[in-house]
Amino acid sequence: MAKKGYDAGVKEYRDTYWMPEYEPKDTDILACFKITPQPGVPREEVAAAVAAESSTGTWTTVWTDLLTDLDHYKGRAYRIEDVPGSDDAIYAFIAYPIDLFEEGSIVNVLTSLVGNVFGFKALRALRLEDIRFPIAYVMTCGGPPNGIQVERDKMNKYGRPMLGCTIKPKLGLSAKNYGRACYEGLRGGLDFTKDDENVNSQPFMRWRDRFGFVQDAIERAERETGERKGHYLNVTAPTPEEMYKRAEYAKELGTPIIMHDFFTAGFTANTGLANWCRDNGLLLHIHRAMHAVVDRNPNHGIHFRVLAKCLRLSGGDHMHSGTVVGKLEGDRESTLGWIDCMRDSFIKEDRSRGIFFDQDFGSMPGMLPVASGGIHVWHMPALVNIFGDDSVLQFGGGTLGHPWGNAAGAAANRVAVEACVEARNAGKDLEKESKEILTSAAKHSPELKIAMETWKEIKFEFDTVDKLDIVHK
Amino acid sequence: MSKVQDYPSRLGDNSSRKFETFSYLPAMNDKQIRQQVQYIVDQGYNPGVEHTEVENAMENYWYMWKLPLFGETDVDTILAECKECHDANPDNHVRLIGYDNYAQSQGASMVIYRGKGFK
Repeated sequence: MAKKGYDAGVKEYRDTYWMPEYEPKDTDILACFKITPQPGVPREEVAAAVAAESSTGTWTTVWTDLLTDLDHYKGRAYRIEDVPGSDDAIYAFIAYPIDLFEEGSIVNVLTSLVGNVFGFKALRALRLEDIRFPIAYVMTCGGPPNGIQVERDKMNKYGRPMLGCTIKPKLGLSAKNYGRACYEGLRGGLDFTKDDENVNSQPFMRWRDRFGFVQDAIERAERETGERKGHYLNVTAPTPEEMYKRAEYAKELGTPIIMHDFFTAGFTANTGLANWCRDNGLLLHIHRAMHAVVDRNPNHGIHFRVLAKCLRLSGGDHMHSGTVVGKLEGDRESTLGWIDCMRDSFIKEDRSRGIFFDQDFGSMPGMLPVASGGIHVWHMPALVNIFGDDSVLQFGGGTLGHPWGNAAGAAANRVAVEACVEARNAGKDLEKESKEILTSAAKHSPELKIAMETWKEIKFEFDTVDKLDIVHK
Repeated sequence: MSKVQDYPSRLGDNSSRKFETFSYLPAMNDKQIRQQVQYIVDQGYNPGVEHTEVENAMENYWYMWKLPLFGETDVDTILAECKECHDANPDNHVRLIGYDNYAQSQGASMVIYRGKGFK
């Protein structure tokens, strides 16, 4: 012990938690925060405050600090950088010893890193930009219950993106009419149809009725097309007990895939369901309702790449990723960065894609990114180019809105995706030659031709709100 | 608005049965097939030939034709193997697999000769 006795009072955070000389260990959990301090607060102090408040510290010295080895447990702010294009915000890099966290608990990691500290008065705004999970921590997590390779083998889909469709209207259909909409889409050539996120078990359609009719739709479409089909049966429920009950029934029906909303339901429910899926051999599709509440503001909240990494560790086989080209927010380079975080075994630091750390997932399986939201057949070449084969391209309105109905809409999308894959493999530039590729495919597909006429002029050209931080002045 | 058309797929019609990737496109010509085989080679996949009766196309396992052509990069050799399989099993679907050793999965799988009754 360096010093004798206990000094009560308030110390500056930076005396204890700012350590620019610290070399992060391979086992540390690393975090990059974007901090906007209150005017007049020095940057080292604010970075140290975030490190303290998200680890061992509180606002005053307490005598019980002296009963432990705080140097072993404390978080350390070890680097500060300017945020490009901003006069007042900084990036603070903080290293947390792995012993601060319960093994395999994303809940525990987030409760620490994005807990009280986000309401801290000395900050005007705070955003968690990225986390590096050490492989030692990754190995304590279950991860995706199946992964991309297992899903491909089970569903018998190779060498192309998979195709999905969210059934609309979102709410109000009876179970039997709903199953009809699924059947039409599946027989037309989709691989999957999907419950909308807010379809749980409302009075107009209880979950058990929906599951039964939809499974019937899957089985008939399989017999008819000779291809494997699935529907993401949403088991998101008010309580974990109810969620497992629904999952058990889905398994009893022999359906291949179920679905969960990880953010509204929470990481505890999600991790439990992922473990259940691993034990029972069902694929798990993950929706992300509520994410934009926390990830869209560029100065405050949690970046989506962090949520994506956390979800991969908690467990899911599919995860919604944005489309870049459709109706929902998503910067292109940033999206490429987080889809790497979903799929790859090792992701290198790449600031041009918003990746602040090397991330090693070891042999943990990857998740298929799901591109969904306001996309239609004209987007297909760009989508195949951006997402590649390991993805699910999901057209809701872009299937169901076809003038001839769902089966024709599905066939149009299936012809388009296969034409794009064929063209890519043959060395064509999908985005430059998109019109020729689709037009030529439409010669053999009246369904595609009509789809192209229907959605010709629909674009979503709004500026992205959450851009990568780049110098603009 | 054009007149609504029916989607003509039927349980009772075998030709409504599909066989996964590229089965929604018309059969490819020789040049197009060569480009796809070249792609499989360029990705570093190991080619393998399989075939089966059209009514069994949905099953996990088709008949393996000999053994996969490990390390084979010559498009003509690969296509000749497909043809030999087709000649010996003229009614069957014949497909070419591209085994991706790193993903431990099939990187590609496409029917080269469509079975009897499929255009």
